[in-house]
Amino acid sequence: MLDLRQYASLGAALSAALERWPNETCLIEADRDREKVRLTYSDFKEMARPLTRALEDADFEAGDRAAIIMTNQSKWLISAYSIFFCGGVLVPLDYKLSAAEHLQLLAHSGSRFLVVEYYLWRAITQSPQFANFSVGIVLVTEAPAGADLRGALRWEEFKRKGEPKFVARQREDTACIVYSSGTGGRPKGCVLTHDSYLEQCTSLTAWYPFWPGMRYLSILPTNHAIDFMVGFIGPFTCGACVVHLRTLRPEFVRDAFVRYRISYVSLVPMVLKNLERGLRAKFDELKPARRWMLERMVALNKSLTRKRPRVKLSRRLLPQVHKAFGGELRALIVGGAFTDPSTLQFFYDLGIPVTCGYGLTEACTAVTLNDLKPFRADTVGKPLPGTEVRVLNPDSDGIGEVAVRSRAVMSHYLDDPEQTALTIVEGWLLTGDQGRLEAHGHLQLVGRKKNMIVTAGGKNVDKEDIEAEFDGLPVKEFCVFAANYLWPQKTLGNESAVLVARLEQNQQLDDRLRKEIVARNRRLPDFKRVAGYVVWEKDFPRTASLKIKRCDLATEIGTGATRESIAEI
Amino acid sequence: MSAPTIDHTLDEILNLAASHFKVSREKLTPDDDFFKTLGIDSLQALDLLTRLEHHFRIELPDYELQGVSDFRTLAGRIQARL
Repeated sequence: MLDLRQYASLGAALSAALERWPNETCLIEADRDREKVRLTYSDFKEMARPLTRALEDADFEAGDRAAIIMTNQSKWLISAYSIFFCGGVLVPLDYKLSAAEHLQLLAHSGSRFLVVEYYLWRAITQSPQFANFSVGIVLVTEAPAGADLRGALRWEEFKRKGEPKFVARQREDTACIVYSSGTGGRPKGCVLTHDSYLEQCTSLTAWYPFWPGMRYLSILPTNHAIDFMVGFIGPFTCGACVVHLRTLRPEFVRDAFVRYRISYVSLVPMVLKNLERGLRAKFDELKPARRWMLERMVALNKSLTRKRPRVKLSRRLLPQVHKAFGGELRALIVGGAFTDPSTLQFFYDLGIPVTCGYGLTEACTAVTLNDLKPFRADTVGKPLPGTEVRVLNPDSDGIGEVAVRSRAVMSHYLDDPEQTALTIVEGWLLTGDQGRLEAHGHLQLVGRKKNMIVTAGGKNVDKEDIEAEFDGLPVKEFCVFAANYLWPQKTLGNESAVLVARLEQNQQLDDRLRKEIVARNRRLPDFKRVAGYVVWEKDFPRTASLKIKRCDLATEIGTGATRESIAEI
Repeated sequence: MSAPTIDHTLDEILNLAASHFKVSREKLTPDDDFFKTLGIDSLQALDLLTRLEHHFRIELPDYELQGVSDFRTLAGRIQARL
């Protein structure tokens, strides 16, 4: 691995990596079972050079912001590298957002440059809000011949000859603006410095190292904090290889483990659960004698790996299971949302090290991670090197709000000093998550203090994201809450949002209103939809400036109604 | 051979979804939110897409499912490729 202490920026570190391992494969891109791209570090540099040079000619300057909206593919990483090389600030946006949300975040981030896949660009240009589009240069990848690009340029043709000049940045300069949530009303753009990333990369690779020749399967979106670090910065600064899949179809994901002999993969709980379902279905198909044998081997493996993983031994005990994962798998890294401990235990018992972590975009990537010494399914691991974790105002069970301090923590929310002041207090990042630190230094999460849900797919959803879609609903007033915020439960998982509506005097909840609620809900992406609604009989408490007092209202509802009063949609 | 009608495509999708996820065909209607009705997540929806590809002998990129949550819209996306 590169000694990252000697580099001031991501651009400098990545550039050094391209020089250091010219003949190692750094990137493979596959679409289903078809391999589309395979690049060495030297090839990668050659691919990036003309783009970087063209950026220079387009007067792209240090500190300029450039957004990327793409699925995982080679052009994502090549574009990001070119942006960093030119001293730019990367704004990685979630490709699963709607076109209107993309336009809002492009405007909020002040991006003057955009790299976008054709089908996403087409959606953006068809949005009614496109009239306000203000990004200067747009590069569209993979556009069909003859397509009307509405003033955008083709990525593949945006190139110039010559050697670009590296633009130096300092550690404290902004590297990325990453949106954690809040597309509805108040976008939360986490401003992360080069120091944040380089520091985080050093910590993570100290526990889970990469090296030349090993392969990381990148299936989380690269805009996601986890994949950006573990599926780009980490492997590249270690000379390893990233494998991109253009599909998330479970059968091709499973196939990729074998085809590319994957060593690491990061997953959100939903994907892990899917893999578990697939394996369990296969086990159920076994004849009784083979099933019996499998169960004995699992039990033996479990007892032999109680203190630490013994991957080679597990591969011998359960060869068929390990072959299904390619035979080289060193760890499944799980994060982004609550993971059911029984799922973690299922994989660990099969001899597949599964490491659960905890992080948030505001802290760059990860705060804690399981070091597997020993494996613990009931915690999210220990603080990473260089990271301090405290529990604020603990109750008699030691449970309180989790606070984090490290160099990896963001510097602020973009253009939002008020939210920044509420979130970073005296150098500590207040996570809004509740937990306790147990005797061995492991963090256990037990709930959320904030009115937010995190889906099994790792998406943060703020109430404002949802409320915008219900604007104009014909009721007196309404509000969206995380159900677990109204009715706290000392466990995570099963998170859902609920719409609370106060009807006009003499108004009835009739079929028409119900249909309107359902229709508006359907317009939201599936992960943002409310699970149900509650009709509340009292006026909402409001401040002098007529803002809803959400905390007071939540307390009223939490004590005046039960979860059972939610009418499912 | 002429392409099947959208209603025919829709009917086949509903039949396939019912058999793949082992739910009664009568419970499914064209405008159902399939995540909700079938109780599936987005990865299971991709599984369904694979079944549909095999059945209709087409290839649908993952993004064709983005923002789609009802059978009728899905049928429209498939119909466009038949």
